[in-house]
Amino acid sequence: MSTDSAPAPQSGVAEDIKHGPRVAVSALTTNLREYGLIIALIVIMLFFQYTTSGTLFKPVNLSNLVQQNSFIIVMALGMLLVIVAGYIDLSVGSVAGFIGALAAMMMVIWPLGIFSNPLVVSVVCLLVGALIGAAQGYWIAYHRIPSFIVTLAGMLIFRGICQALLGGGSSVGPLPDSFKALSSGFIPDVIGPLTLIPPTVNAAGKTIVGSGLTLHMTTVVLGLIAVLAYAYFGFRTRRKRERHGYEAEPFPLFVVKTLVGSALALFLVFQFASYRGLPVVLLVMGVLISLFVFVTKRMTIGRRIYAMGGNAKAAQLSGINTERLTLLVFVNMGVLSALGGLIIAARLGQAVPAAGLGSELDVIAAVFIGGASAMGGVGQVIGAVVGGFIMGVMNNGMSIMGVNVDWQQVVKGLVLLGAVIFDVYNKNKA
Amino acid sequence: MASTILEMRDITKTFPGVKALSNVNLSVEEGEIHAVVGENGAGKSTLMKVLSGVYPSGTYEGQIVFRGQECHFKGIHDSEHIGIVIIHQELALVPMLSIAENIFLGNENATYGVIDWDANEMRTSALLKKVGLNEDPKTLITNIGVGKQQLVEIAKALSKEVKLLILDEPTASLSEKDSQALLDLLLEFKRQGMTSILISHKLNEVNRVADKVTVIRDGRTIETLPRKDISEDRIITSMVGRSLDDRYPPREPKIGDVIFEVKDWSVYHPIHADRQVIKNINLNVRKGEVVGIAGLMGAGRTEFAMSLFGRSYGRHITGEVSLRGRPLDLSSVSKAVENRIAYVTEDRKTFGLNLIDHIKHNVTLANLGGVSSRGVIDDMREMSVANDYRKKTNIRASSVYQLTGNLSGGNQQKVVLSKWLFADPEVLILDEPTRGIDVGAKYEIYTIIARLAAEGKAIIVISSEMPELLGISDRIYVMNEGRIVGEMAASDASQEKIMRAIVRGEGKAS
Repeated sequence: MSTDSAPAPQSGVAEDIKHGPRVAVSALTTNLREYGLIIALIVIMLFFQYTTSGTLFKPVNLSNLVQQNSFIIVMALGMLLVIVAGYIDLSVGSVAGFIGALAAMMMVIWPLGIFSNPLVVSVVCLLVGALIGAAQGYWIAYHRIPSFIVTLAGMLIFRGICQALLGGGSSVGPLPDSFKALSSGFIPDVIGPLTLIPPTVNAAGKTIVGSGLTLHMTTVVLGLIAVLAYAYFGFRTRRKRERHGYEAEPFPLFVVKTLVGSALALFLVFQFASYRGLPVVLLVMGVLISLFVFVTKRMTIGRRIYAMGGNAKAAQLSGINTERLTLLVFVNMGVLSALGGLIIAARLGQAVPAAGLGSELDVIAAVFIGGASAMGGVGQVIGAVVGGFIMGVMNNGMSIMGVNVDWQQVVKGLVLLGAVIFDVYNKNKA
Repeated sequence: MASTILEMRDITKTFPGVKALSNVNLSVEEGEIHAVVGENGAGKSTLMKVLSGVYPSGTYEGQIVFRGQECHFKGIHDSEHIGIVIIHQELALVPMLSIAENIFLGNENATYGVIDWDANEMRTSALLKKVGLNEDPKTLITNIGVGKQQLVEIAKALSKEVKLLILDEPTASLSEKDSQALLDLLLEFKRQGMTSILISHKLNEVNRVADKVTVIRDGRTIETLPRKDISEDRIITSMVGRSLDDRYPPREPKIGDVIFEVKDWSVYHPIHADRQVIKNINLNVRKGEVVGIAGLMGAGRTEFAMSLFGRSYGRHITGEVSLRGRPLDLSSVSKAVENRIAYVTEDRKTFGLNLIDHIKHNVTLANLGGVSSRGVIDDMREMSVANDYRKKTNIRASSVYQLTGNLSGGNQQKVVLSKWLFADPEVLILDEPTRGIDVGAKYEIYTIIARLAAEGKAIIVISSEMPELLGISDRIYVMNEGRIVGEMAASDASQEKIMRAIVRGEGKAS
């Protein structure tokens, strides 16, 4: 460091403004950066809503979108921790493929008796995922082999085992319906549907599919509870901070933020409720996202991962067992890759040799679009999730538009590059 | 009288919202060593960045006249082209390349991109002779010490046919011996007619070599002192704007019984397993006592401290450590922390801080348990802890959410100290606690040390600055080549006595 670098002000923008409510403006600019990603997602969604003449937001399409992209987001949660910790995992797509094959073999081919029950199989598969993560993490954590190399090896190894297990090029299926519900199921409506507009009846006396408006009430109630909880906890945290005299965000901004967030959530809930309700996999995802937000924001283990990624030596000299932490990060990644594999198999209804092929790149891209730093130490769970949805919406929207798959890749690549350039540019400006 | 080689007139540099320099004047005569001193944040580096073109012409006001011509540098290339070369405090060498490759990096003796290695090496040998460095040009940078690396940087500057050499804190990470050699070299260059600007915190060095001293404070030139008026006291008064009668805070030591004891501590080198780095060290610290460890660079002081602290250095560690007579298990850092031992590193950026995170998170890192329950962090508690320590150690920052990477050296050091104070240690090992920080911040650190001792902690201070050790310690151990070669009460210690112990120890060790 230069001994006396010029004392640059914290926020150049706010400093330049001589008059007016400085605090509000600076809060807005910092928050804009924070919410820029969500705004980008909304803009992209509106763009495709327009170009697909309204197909994107149709309830059935929203359900599809969630079901098609959930495994990317699930794996992105683990990848975020891996990248924040300062590593990378290239093996997740292959591990997912292998676990899908393992699950299919256990449920369909191998005579395991009661152990071929989907629930038992799922638990076993998640444990196998943990073991795979531990095996890779062991070399990375305790022998300092670069994660890029260990997981590149893992990528080859598990893709190979996946294909061998399925006996060459064949697929194994069909998988039991109760297993497929993980991906394509909807939560049961324990409250019972509410018909707002009765469906139109045609001349033959049958109802026309898609007409009328019937709400899946369990979904509506769950959605309302979630939104109220969001608003309540947001307000409570704010009050607590105020009581201690730490508040930066102006109240109107907080209100606008909460209202816009709630409105968006309610809109989506309404869309889902007017179709078949909340997809099971969305519920799983929601629980996992909340868990990981909590772990990264509030728990000591999360804090330690950020510290390790920011400066591993300093973390070690602060009493953090960086080896064990690294191992845990990869075990977590292994479990989530396994879950991703189960979700893929459940969606396809069978195990195929190419399941999850190349998905590691989508997962990594989602994390980087979400603002994580390739150097480690920086990144947010919500960012990775939004990044995953941006990728998903683009896939979905361009497919509906009929854009060729080749060009879809080009566009996705450009968006990844653009997002990271935007981040770097912003950081330098700040 | 020699002619003026460089004239900087009324330099004003504004960053959004802050005036970093206002109407600074600097006039350097040909063939002199001109020292620029000032506290951290005073604007020395900014001024040098203006001079070397890092801040291009147009982004500041004022004039730069070099050898009679007004200059408008657009970048470092322009300034280097006419012979102004700056050597930064942090060396810009590529560790895995050789000395020769580094010296001619970007400036290779090449035709059509094909390098003439023989020419490179021959010229390197000649340059190395000039700076008095006896190394093979093919040696990798990573295999030579910091002192020699500094000489390579200077050789690199010479290769560019330098007319004005600017050294930014050149001795900050050098041992006493290497620093002396470097200063001698500067004097030698001066005899050969070279002009240099020396930026330094170490006033005794300035005192020794400088022909003139320009003092900068708060972005303004305070005064330029001619040789005959240079004295440490005078410079300090001018630098801080007040007279610092006492560079060390007064304290009345209340020393109790021995609470921390190390017996027969031996450590082997982590890679060369047969090399014993630490040889049977015995040492003790009393309650409320500040114990200094003196020694030259490479004496094994940091290695000793790090091997104690959770075996963070070395192999085959043997020996016993006890706290209040109870043997301690220090086999991992977390155990050391649990046993209330803290080690504040000599290298705050590499080993002390997460520079991309803010003050709050850095302060609590070594004691997350203190702000959490069952693994869940209490944000409010963490916030008040961070604010509390920010006040206690006087960290100057806009808020605890400022990134530690944007703080000055002194404030970074206070963050590292805060981190370890929050871990509530009984024994605090401070390794070079004031390296690279300014006089004002040093005084604050000394005050903190004195306060901790008054609270009854046992404190070990490792320092290469002997006046500092003499000023703040109660007792001093002298280390050399992995051994304790002397122990003396600070009251009857002196720089000469310490040096004598080292020299005597050198004979014994060989």
